[in-house]
Amino acid sequence: MTATATETTYREALREGLRDALRSDDRVFLMGEDVGDYGGCFGVSLGLLEEFGPERVRDTPLSELGFVGAGIGAALAGMRPVVEVMTVNFSLLALDQIVNNAATLLHMSGGQFSVPIVIRMTTGGGRQLAAQHSHSLEGWYAHVPGLRIVTPATLEDARGMLAPALADPDPVLLFEHGLLYNTKGTLPSTPVAVDLDRAAVRRPGTDVSLVTYGGMLPRTLDAADRLDEAGISAEVVDLRTLRPLDDDTVTGSVRRTHRAVVVDEGWRSGGLSAEVAARIGELAFYDLDAPVARVCTAEVPLPYAHQLEEAALPSAERIVAAAREAVGRRHG
Amino acid sequence: MNAPPEEEAVTARHRLDLLRTMTLIRRFEETCAELYSAGRIRGFLHLYVGEEAVATGVLSTLGPEDTVVTTYREHGHALARGVPTEALLAEMFGRVTGCSRGRGGSMHLFDRETNFLGGNAVVAGAIPLAVGVALAEKMRGRSTVTACFFGEGALAEGAFHESANLAALWRLPVLFCCENNRYAMGTRLTKEHAQTDLALRASCYGIRSTSVDGMDVLAVQEAAARAVDEIRAGVGPHFLELRTYRYRAHSMYDADRYRDKAEIAHWKERDPIEALATDLTESGDLDDAGRAQLESEVAAELEEAVERAEQAPVEPVGDLLRHVRTEGAP
Repeated sequence: MTATATETTYREALREGLRDALRSDDRVFLMGEDVGDYGGCFGVSLGLLEEFGPERVRDTPLSELGFVGAGIGAALAGMRPVVEVMTVNFSLLALDQIVNNAATLLHMSGGQFSVPIVIRMTTGGGRQLAAQHSHSLEGWYAHVPGLRIVTPATLEDARGMLAPALADPDPVLLFEHGLLYNTKGTLPSTPVAVDLDRAAVRRPGTDVSLVTYGGMLPRTLDAADRLDEAGISAEVVDLRTLRPLDDDTVTGSVRRTHRAVVVDEGWRSGGLSAEVAARIGELAFYDLDAPVARVCTAEVPLPYAHQLEEAALPSAERIVAAAREAVGRRHG
Repeated sequence: MNAPPEEEAVTARHRLDLLRTMTLIRRFEETCAELYSAGRIRGFLHLYVGEEAVATGVLSTLGPEDTVVTTYREHGHALARGVPTEALLAEMFGRVTGCSRGRGGSMHLFDRETNFLGGNAVVAGAIPLAVGVALAEKMRGRSTVTACFFGEGALAEGAFHESANLAALWRLPVLFCCENNRYAMGTRLTKEHAQTDLALRASCYGIRSTSVDGMDVLAVQEAAARAVDEIRAGVGPHFLELRTYRYRAHSMYDADRYRDKAEIAHWKERDPIEALATDLTESGDLDDAGRAQLESEVAAELEEAVERAEQAPVEPVGDLLRHVRTEGAP
């Protein structure tokens, strides 16, 4: 039997991942605002209510603190809840439960009580939704010991990251970028196993490493294409997991290219890009031929107006400019 | 551990057990205060003196399959649930033999053996967890009860209201135990709540709600037993308001400037331990010698537990990073 490739989208790939999980483990259930009748606020869980019923595809009231906490409690009691929060912005209403409970209970109980929960949420801007629906706060969560932070950027990861996240006995936050839901592509009909501990080189190159994740991957790949036209060979590293960071893959790339540009939709100050750049400095300083550069979102609450929002977000042009700066005049 | 049948009188043996548990809690707390004052244990310490009837009465109605979720003033709950005294004291001493390996301290007591889920130091922060445990149990068709303890201060937090709504909406087997000791740290009830009838507020969610004299262990037990029976029968959550009082300050740091000494003295006149002891004496089930023997047995248990706990090893610093993520996980 040969595996056939199927035309699909990022949204459908996420749904397939959920369907696989619900089919393969009775302990798994999906809970969140509008995951059932509505089909998920971004359509990810469309049809799952009909297939699995209202106990396992459970609509909740608008009580992020309450239902995220309830998910943590259900995980403590041995279930494998997948909790959907509409966006990372709303997850701040549940921040106490995520940071003070999910991330701490195993440790505070001296290893007695683990929290095998997966919390899914949308992140990122680019859809003219203004400041309360557009921010990229996954880097904040990556600050917290006890959490694992995963950011599927490809169809394969959208399909395949949920299973290992659910197999993890500890809390995993899974960030889906809002701009990626309609991304089209093909997937093998059998899911590919995903290793959550490893970053991935999405495009090999020799002159500069572009290190990114999530919603910034497509425009970073676009930037790499443009650089290629200018005679600069860029390697694109997709971090995939923001905590724990895969230092080996990042520094391995930097050791080959000797230059690095970190592309992060989060803000620059105190952000994930700072962490990645610092690690490159700590681990590969003597391999660098240029300072590590960063392309981040402008330090402003994301505005509604299209031209302002686009000016704030990292663009292929800004990534290209940063890479050219890092590479210097050698490639003109 | 099971609730005595309602139609039967509570036996003398059972009442003596309640007296022993309450006495153990009181003397345990006094021991902690001494150890703290001597600098032998540290951190924040919130004592349960005066409130013993609440944990003792409620937890006497639960079985081993049930779950307990609680707050940072939880020594009494842990003792009444049967978490070993020595493991609790070892936790205070920060020893590796502590019930949380010395990672939690007084405010974060955990014990898997007795389904004792902590020990939460954010007011109302554990209430959603209780809802989730109850949801998991219900989804698996089990008829267990999850008891969740919190103070009346928690009723001002959104976490309580979101949890109450979820539990009522999904008819979950949660016993909400609101320990109304009339002060949220230093803020009195009437400065905290526009509506101070707490059971009335819980009832707005369609939750069966009862107010109980939390200084009367038999009244607490009777109300809790009835609520637990109903919850097991599948009617959904129950809210118990347990009217009680803490004799001591909020914590060992608290100078207790906000309470009238006469008020404290008034509540002490209704001491739950003395009330039950008097009751037992009048019914001929306890005499002075019996009381003295109970006290000396509790004192001996505590003395031995303190000694063993304090002498237990600490966790090596090399193990600092353990228990952040599950060990040996894929």
